[in-house]
Amino acid sequence: MEYFVIIIGSIFVSNIVLTQFLGICPFVGVSGKLSTSVGMGGAVLFVLTLATMVTWIIQYYVLNPLGLGFMQTIVFILIIASLVQMVEIILKKVSPALFQALGVFLPLITTNCAVLGVAILTIQKDFNLIEGVVYAIANAIGFTLALVLFAGIREHLDLMEVPKAMRGVPIALVVAGILALAFMGFTGLV
Amino acid sequence: MQLKERVIHIKEKRNNIEYSISPVSLSEVEGSSGIKKYTMNQIQNFTKGFIKENPVFILLLGLCPTLGVTTSAVNGLGMGLATTFVLVMSNLVVSVVRKAIPDKVRIPAFIVIIASFVTIVELVMQAYTPDLFEALGLFIPLIVVNCIVLGRAEAFASKNTPWSSIVDGMGMGLGFAFALTLLGGARELLGSGAIFGIKLIEADLMLVFVLAPGAFIVLGYLIALINKLNKA
Repeated sequence: MEYFVIIIGSIFVSNIVLTQFLGICPFVGVSGKLSTSVGMGGAVLFVLTLATMVTWIIQYYVLNPLGLGFMQTIVFILIIASLVQMVEIILKKVSPALFQALGVFLPLITTNCAVLGVAILTIQKDFNLIEGVVYAIANAIGFTLALVLFAGIREHLDLMEVPKAMRGVPIALVVAGILALAFMGFTGLV
Repeated sequence: MQLKERVIHIKEKRNNIEYSISPVSLSEVEGSSGIKKYTMNQIQNFTKGFIKENPVFILLLGLCPTLGVTTSAVNGLGMGLATTFVLVMSNLVVSVVRKAIPDKVRIPAFIVIIASFVTIVELVMQAYTPDLFEALGLFIPLIVVNCIVLGRAEAFASKNTPWSSIVDGMGMGLGFAFALTLLGGARELLGSGAIFGIKLIEADLMLVFVLAPGAFIVLGYLIALINKLNKA
């Protein structure tokens, strides 16, 4: 039941992109096409889950016992940056097919605030390791959901007659606002 | 002969003046109107962040904190100034050590420098402005992954002198702060009829502009407005 609350809560009620404003850069930048946004979502799911797991272990078994809580930001960003590099190298060797699909998106993920954001939030919410992993996966699914929905709308938007000054990003942001409005309907669900 | 010596003397003097400001900018001051040109360059360097290359409205960088914290003008300004501090300091340090960092480990090194300054800001804000620290919350540590900071370190500070890097960081940072304050002010006014906490309109307004959807919509229209103004 607890996990169910975490899952529904992170995918719909406080969606990471549309309510928490994390990972907006890829949301606006990559979501032009449906296929690329699915690829990006897969890459985020992979890295987000791994990063949350590793940072949780480091926080509770290294930083806390040594009293180095204030080093959290530096340590976490370093872990994420090196993790992304490592995933890239391992994927290239082990699964070239998966690397082909996700490869382009991996370097972009280091500066995706969703990853660092979820890692820090997991610590702030006092989740245990399993809850943290569930939380990370649910958030990655929420990210992918928002990205895919948005890409679908944007593909249609390209065919519309939009005023010149509103073309491109401005109209996309307004549409994202309307999408966020729709997601507000989930408030109070859990 | 005397005249020539005098010219050399003046040139040396001028170089010395410049030297006290920035040791590596000597090439920029050669020529008769050197100092003037140099100052002009610095002014341009400083002002470009406000409108022409505004990080939020034109370059569309750092959108997460832009949307996340601008529920009021004060929050926007606070976030903008915190980012400005990180930007200026990391630009300075990156440009000082730029020749000592091997090219291959450049990005990780930049990230460590930036993360150190973010930690400083975090601790200082927690101690002296606890309310603002509470309001900005998660977005303070997230300055680390703000694309503007790493972007300026990589695109500007790693290729330029410390002095121009500071000016660049200052201009870009204040441009960012300006955009955030504008967005925060607009949302606060539409949502609660106040600016910087001062009530201007006594009525129930459109609360939705303070909530999440309002951030997207107001930013979208602000960018459209700036597009329109730039073309006109």
